Amino acid sequence: MSILVIAEHDNHELNPATLKTLAAAQAIGGDIDVLVAGENCQAVADAVAKVAGVSKVRLADNAAYGHFLAENLGELVAELGKDYGHILAPATTTGKNFMPRVAALLDVAQISDILSVESADTFKRPIYAGNAIATVQSEDAIKVITVRATAFDAVAAEGGSASIETVDTVFSNDKAEFVGEELAQSERPDLTAASVVISGGRGMQNGENFHLLEKVADKLGAAVGASRAAVDAGFVPNDMQVGQTGKIVAPELYIAVGISGAIQHLAGMKDSKVIVAINKDEEAPIFQVADYGLVADLFDVLPELEQAL
Amino acid sequence: MKVLVAVKRVIDYNVKVRVKADQSDVDLANVKMALNPFCEIAVEEAVRLKEKGIAEEVVVVSIGPQAVQEQLRTALALGADRAIQVETDSMPDSLAVAKLLKGVVEKEQPQLVILGKQSIDSDNNQTGQMLGALTGMPQGTFASKVDVADGSVSVTREVDGGLQTVKLSLPAIVTTDLRLNEPRYASLPNIMKAKRKPLDVTNPEELGVSVTRTVKLLKVEPPAERSAGVKVADVAELVDKLKNEAKVL
Repeated sequence: MSILVIAEHDNHELNPATLKTLAAAQAIGGDIDVLVAGENCQAVADAVAKVAGVSKVRLADNAAYGHFLAENLGELVAELGKDYGHILAPATTTGKNFMPRVAALLDVAQISDILSVESADTFKRPIYAGNAIATVQSEDAIKVITVRATAFDAVAAEGGSASIETVDTVFSNDKAEFVGEELAQSERPDLTAASVVISGGRGMQNGENFHLLEKVADKLGAAVGASRAAVDAGFVPNDMQVGQTGKIVAPELYIAVGISGAIQHLAGMKDSKVIVAINKDEEAPIFQVADYGLVADLFDVLPELEQAL
Repeated sequence: MKVLVAVKRVIDYNVKVRVKADQSDVDLANVKMALNPFCEIAVEEAVRLKEKGIAEEVVVVSIGPQAVQEQLRTALALGADRAIQVETDSMPDSLAVAKLLKGVVEKEQPQLVILGKQSIDSDNNQTGQMLGALTGMPQGTFASKVDVADGSVSVTREVDGGLQTVKLSLPAIVTTDLRLNEPRYASLPNIMKAKRKPLDVTNPEELGVSVTRTVKLLKVEPPAERSAGVKVADVAELVDKLKNEAKVL
């Protein structure tokens, strides 16, 4: 059976999460078609056609898909997906939004956020915020899957020469409409997509002191996160929260500053490749997971670190 | 307008889960259970809509064994008017839950259904969206702001990279993100009052839904342990290690 991968993009550029989702598709095995649905997104389809291992690009270019509304995109993917054995999308907010609709329309379960492909019907995925790893086997005829991008290595963006086929089917609805968006203007990368994350905890003492983290983050091109303790204390807004009830990140480098390392925080960052802990309490649990630990006062360390970078 | 809120009983978020020795599942015997944090936010939002005079009635529903009544009582203590338990032996998967909720939606005819964006046990993030597909309702997922006016609801959604606003015609589905509100604590008098609020019990047969599972849980394992790291003496050594040993800078 062949596989349909739904490309993630902003109508101009392909999101690298798609290349990682393609790696998961290759691990399943079979012909891989990629659906590029959007508005004025020919450039994305052209880019996908060059990606190694793609058999065919299906381009659905219509205003109805311009903002990736789940009501429209879900119907389209469910309709096209009937001919496939697997439907995959990255577990981004877009994928998480429309894919369960696809699954319900096809009357099958969805397997969310897979970490690995064991076989064509068996997958590993985290449960309990990553504190347990479940191996699940799907008996559904069509497997609807979202892929945790940080768990797979991207396929090569070059080397392919897939054909592009136009999809004319248009699903439009009058129940949901896009009103507007407010994308973060920060020079810093998005927390969940950043390759470096520096987070502060209760040890930061107040919101003002987060500027110390931001200065280091600017040098590293890092995103700034926070522990639940820092959010609950009102230092920073809770969209910065990394943890079981916040965002789950797996950057190349995670720097935890003034964070003790409660279970709830570890759940959100322990899949980071390299973890650095800076804390003046040498007994802090964060040191048990840190690759590099520095026992020192963060108010001395942060300015020094900024200088050293 | 009537608001329906779906709530789930899950392990308390402060508890460190343990995998059973036979790797069949996590061990939930004798652990503290609680209302899923995202569901708590959903209840709070519904109660606020009622306090603003937008909602007349807030109905909470939970699916599972009798123990879920405890979480329904919590939701009632937070301000919901009445509760429905759909009794099942075990916790069904998201698709079955969505089908059962569809049955409740057809019976109750709410104008707004609010759910948490995900439960902190299965971490699926599916039920609200599936319910949307099954009922044909539009969805506002990962909501950080909800405004109901003139037969529609504007939902500001937390998306990768920022915020997005969609306008949905009612009836609609909203799933809550953490930023939506700060749930209140139930006061003792409200907890006492909640004991007298109506709680109806129904079952999948009455709703005409068969609960099947197409995804088998083969094994549950603890995640790979991280190996212990090293302590560095100062910032210079740290930067040097990151550059030359870990090669992440």
